Amino acid sequence: MSNQLLRVTGISKSFPGVQALKDVQFELDRGEVLALVGENGAGKSSLMKILSGIYIKDEGSIFLDGVEVDIDSPKTAQALGISIIHQEMNLMAHLTIAQNIFIGREPREGLFLRERALNRKADELLKRLGINLDPKALVETLTVAKQQMVEIAKALSFDAKVLIMDEPTSALTDVETETLFTLIEGLKRTGTGVIYISHRMDELRRITDRVTVLRDGEYIGTLQKEQLDIPTIIEMMVGRHIEESARPTARDRANNEVVLKVEGLNTRQLLKDISFELKRGEILGFAGMMGAGRTEVARAIIGADLSEGGRVHINGKPVKIKRPSDAVAHGIGYLSEDRKAYGLLLEQDVNTNVLLASLRDYTDALGFVHTMKGKQKSREYVASLRIKTPSISATTKNLSGGNQQKVVIAKWLARDCDILIFDEPTRGIDVGAKEEIYKLLNDLVAAGKSIIMISSELPEVLRLSHRIVVMANGRITGILDNEDANQAKIMDYATRMGDEKDL
Amino acid sequence: MNATPVTDQTRVGGGTPEPRRSATSFLRAQIQQSLAFATLVVLLVFFSFASSNFFTWSNISGILLSTAVIGILALGTTFVIITGGIDLSIGTGMTLAAVMTGIFLVNLELPLMVGVIGGILTGGLMGFINGFNIAILRLPPFIATLAMMLIAQGLALVISGVRPIYFSSVVGFKDIALGFVIPGLPNAVLILFVLAILAYVLLSKTLLGRYTFAIGSNEEATRLSGVDTRKWKIVIYTVAGLFTGVAGVVIGARLDSAQPQLGTGYELQAIAAVIIGGTSLLGGRGSILGTLIGALIMSVLINGLRIMSIQTEWQNVVIGVVILIAVFTDALRQRRAAS
Repeated sequence: MSNQLLRVTGISKSFPGVQALKDVQFELDRGEVLALVGENGAGKSSLMKILSGIYIKDEGSIFLDGVEVDIDSPKTAQALGISIIHQEMNLMAHLTIAQNIFIGREPREGLFLRERALNRKADELLKRLGINLDPKALVETLTVAKQQMVEIAKALSFDAKVLIMDEPTSALTDVETETLFTLIEGLKRTGTGVIYISHRMDELRRITDRVTVLRDGEYIGTLQKEQLDIPTIIEMMVGRHIEESARPTARDRANNEVVLKVEGLNTRQLLKDISFELKRGEILGFAGMMGAGRTEVARAIIGADLSEGGRVHINGKPVKIKRPSDAVAHGIGYLSEDRKAYGLLLEQDVNTNVLLASLRDYTDALGFVHTMKGKQKSREYVASLRIKTPSISATTKNLSGGNQQKVVIAKWLARDCDILIFDEPTRGIDVGAKEEIYKLLNDLVAAGKSIIMISSELPEVLRLSHRIVVMANGRITGILDNEDANQAKIMDYATRMGDEKDL
Repeated sequence: MNATPVTDQTRVGGGTPEPRRSATSFLRAQIQQSLAFATLVVLLVFFSFASSNFFTWSNISGILLSTAVIGILALGTTFVIITGGIDLSIGTGMTLAAVMTGIFLVNLELPLMVGVIGGILTGGLMGFINGFNIAILRLPPFIATLAMMLIAQGLALVISGVRPIYFSSVVGFKDIALGFVIPGLPNAVLILFVLAILAYVLLSKTLLGRYTFAIGSNEEATRLSGVDTRKWKIVIYTVAGLFTGVAGVVIGARLDSAQPQLGTGYELQAIAAVIIGGTSLLGGRGSILGTLIGALIMSVLINGLRIMSIQTEWQNVVIGVVILIAVFTDALRQRRAAS
């Protein structure tokens, strides 16, 4: 029997106005992890949606175990043994773990559900996968990582031959990612083929056997494990060469004045004695595990959460920030990690979003908004930040992730914010656009802005930050100059859970 | 789900099954229900002291009788609201079902059982149309059922010729609400309790109930799991419509007439009862016991105010405030759950 599990050839799919996939091909062997990479919009998700029966292909063939199959609905895909774990969490929060795993396949007796059999089946499955969770627990009580484990268990409960994972680690910490990788290793041994979609280049070498690259809906090429070389992959993805830039040093900014000084900040839930300084023209990175309290520091500073006993100085003057509007009045802009929920009005046009925080500047005493002046300003930002949009009246939803992020940045720049707090600035943004965001951050600090950047990606932190604050368990465990920092050192500080301090 | 920041220390694999958090969320649900129950007790005690006429058997039995109609409507609506939808057509839908029962029994002189089943199916048909409009034509539930509310209201008036239809000629019809299968317990109340048990079983023991919660939690995820959510939504709205139909028959029997002008306002009382009972307007959460308690709170309140001789105008104000408080508690609960 051939070792080939899945072969896909000549797949094309178009939507009104867009050719999403053009003659795409790839192969997957038994017990293999194939990474599918490409920028956002390269067609990875469309391709996977065709495999899982959500979209119907226009052209092309899919062979499973050498037999051509016709996948016309999610049910058919499941029956064929193709399971997908979607990028967005797809669980019913108010149901239990067991109810989620077997949704649509509940054991029944006539009209009635057999809840006990359901829980037993779920328990057996979780035990088999080595996932230690109570099947009767409500999903809403689980952490994001554990919910991800439930998703995986659900996908595997179909006795999947082919398991598709769409960015499974985007919400996981490093430790949790390791657990996932162990699980994938186990799957490989049982002959399951895994298609793995990720933006994280460092993961590819870790777990994949082959990498297939897509660009603009077309097949670009496949690299074997031995050939895996991250700059090559990135070049194939973006179709151009990306240069690695030098890391910044703390020495550059050592003599700049302090624009933001935080002393002894606490919150009831988590933060203890947070103190640090941010200098003009500096990018101050915040590193740490998920749940270490990095986002909470930002939220406490801008007054989104209640803090206790802390003192905040801006440009040397003590200030009281009780709510986010106070923070904005003092020139602090916060860019949430969840742009779509907290940063943008997705259904509105670019112009509205750019001007949202500074609308008052374009409003006269009678409350009339002077749109011409505002639109001029928006156009300037679209040009200076190189926001790729057909016009400022395009709906924000239709922009790519990277360009949406730039719209949020433009919003705060229009409001004259000098201190910008970026929470995971490149989450969900593809490699090419990441570079643009990095360049933009560097341009901003060169122009005298100061930036706090919270990031879970250590290469990103090291690449951009002049200094790095490391947090663990609600405390700052270390503040490092970039020239003294490396990944191992940061991880060391990030895993110090006790009271030990070494500053 | 991705959006919520995880604030606790996560240890995967080493796995604690988080007994503490699921225990607190369980407790919270209990508190919500006992809160509604405590409110009911407080109201009962308060009105008993406020008026000597309140805690009399005839009044209590009157309260239960009026709870029957709101309660039956609320039971059906509970399913709809748990899916994250809403049904505004239950009040006038009930009226239309009562009028149709009148047409079947009085004008067409059909046998009692046939007329009653006809009335119930009228409700079911309206529910089915609601479900079709929402699931297949993808109209927002609010708009689809608002339209149905007006359609039912208009049809009830047209079909009846804007005159009440009296059931005095129909032998045994009145007994559906006012007779006694169990001595001392009016049949309308018995019907409410039987339907409540039925609704409880449907919601917690059958596929219908499971998918009601699933759709309310995350409709897209449910659909992608291979569940035909469109079909189930139609089923759920049809079930709600059938409950509306029963309410129509019961109110007709209780008044011994079909009053075509009646009905508006009932939908809001029923929805309020559901919300007071702890069912979330955002979907995914709710219980039949809660709805029953909520319905009792509504009718005790209305009855108590009436018995204290408070003007109808002021009664409306009080009910409005109660609805505000109930929705606010719901919002508060959501916020706490989110943080």
